[in-house]
Amino acid sequence: MKYLSNTVSLEIFPEHCIGCGSCVEVCPHGVFAIENKKAVILDKDRCMECGACVGNCAFGALTVNKGVGCAAAVINSIISGGEPSCDCSGENKTGNCC
Amino acid sequence: MADLKFIKMNIEKNRPAWVTGTITTEIGAIYSVSPDLTRVDYWEHLKCRISAFRNNYIVNPGLYAVGVPDKNSDVLVSANYKLSFDAFRKALKGLNVWILVLDTKGINVWCAAGKGTFGTDELVRIISVTRLDRVVDHRRIIVPQLGAPGISAHKTTKATGFKVCYGPVRAEDIGAYIAAGYQATRDMRTVKFPLVDRLILTPMEINPAMKKYYPWYALIILTIFGLQPGGILFMDAISAGLPFLLLGLISVIAGALVTPVLLPFIPFRSFAVKGWITGILAVFLSTTYISMLGHLSKVLLIAAYLFFPLASSYIALQFTGASTFTGMSGVKKELKIGIPLYISGVAVSLILLLIYKLGEWRVL
Ligand code: SF4
Ligand code: SF4
Repeated sequence: MKYLSNTVSLEIFPEHCIGCGSCVEVCPHGVFAIENKKAVILDKDRCMECGACVGNCAFGALTVNKGVGCAAAVINSIISGGEPSCDCSGENKTGNCC
Repeated sequence: MADLKFIKMNIEKNRPAWVTGTITTEIGAIYSVSPDLTRVDYWEHLKCRISAFRNNYIVNPGLYAVGVPDKNSDVLVSANYKLSFDAFRKALKGLNVWILVLDTKGINVWCAAGKGTFGTDELVRIISVTRLDRVVDHRRIIVPQLGAPGISAHKTTKATGFKVCYGPVRAEDIGAYIAAGYQATRDMRTVKFPLVDRLILTPMEINPAMKKYYPWYALIILTIFGLQPGGILFMDAISAGLPFLLLGLISVIAGALVTPVLLPFIPFRSFAVKGWITGILAVFLSTTYISMLGHLSKVLLIAAYLFFPLASSYIALQFTGASTFTGMSGVKKELKIGIPLYISGVAVSLILLLIYKLGEWRVL
């Protein structure tokens, strides 16, 4: 299953990539592969902007607008003006979440 | 949670049934846990799933043993959410390993990683609090792959000396992963979203929709239909409002149950559009086959076709939160288009209801 096309904010900067393969390892949607000792994006539409690849690339070769793909979180952020975050954390847990 | 002593006191006070004994190590006794789940565990899982009493099912953070691990045994990291922890210990049957439980405030690995409670700082903290470097001789920990959004492997290594290996996505693959020399296949690394998973998550969608929105909706509907020039008539409210109450329930089912279950088979990628399609079909089928709904006046029928598919669409959009493949940019885009449509749809439906009422009162 794929989500909307051409909306994903993932970017790769091949000049910083050393082909270590961390991004291939952590991505839960198989977005990357290593070709000619560099990471390449196979299918950007599969990216869910979880940020795992960015946090585990020690060479700053990736960026993504990391966030939760959750309508309730985005609506909350519109109402409260903050960053989108699901309301299942900490004290005010609603149990509305995984 | 301050330190190891505190963890132990806490467990001693209220020792869970799955703690079966202790293992002596250089730093003292470590609790060992059973890889067998009992009926009590499954009962608790059910309660977790329907989101009641979740707070009671937090596992104390710290270090635990499965089997009889020693200084060379693997260290696997988990969250202190009971469902995550139990899936883990069940998958570890037959292995001798350590489990390092992070304090994620009772949230599962993936959600906690998304918010950073399952994160580098907490991992570094628990490694030092549990004095892991003295429990094992090697310097290798296995973190669930879905924890990767919160964990930075290179930063953890820098802070603790422990190398982070990302394990498979699903706990049941952990044995195969270790046996293969810490190699996960592509399949083990990929998140799927099969029918069972989608179905299991639907109570979390139906529950809030019914609790948060439906009572208000019912109140508004009964008020509108009961409203007569002489005041609110209870009988009118029930008899005229009933079809709309029923259609309300049907659109909750369409958006919160049917859409998630049939997700891959409903055309278009947008959740809002998928929910809308299901909603249109649901209204069509109900007004065709439920005789009570077949007699709606033309104005009400138009209002029904306008309002309920939009309601179903909105509810389906909420399922993005439970899905495993939607990103924030996409959800924002859906909402940007969707919210004005939802608001104008509700407004027009209300105007249609007003027209219907005015006709009923013979004003029009
Ligand atoms: S993690 Fe970074 S450096 Fe390593 S392969 Fe991926 S993009 Fe390249
Ligand atoms: S943000 Fe997540 S889903 Fe997207 S490419 Fe990176 S690891 Fe994969």
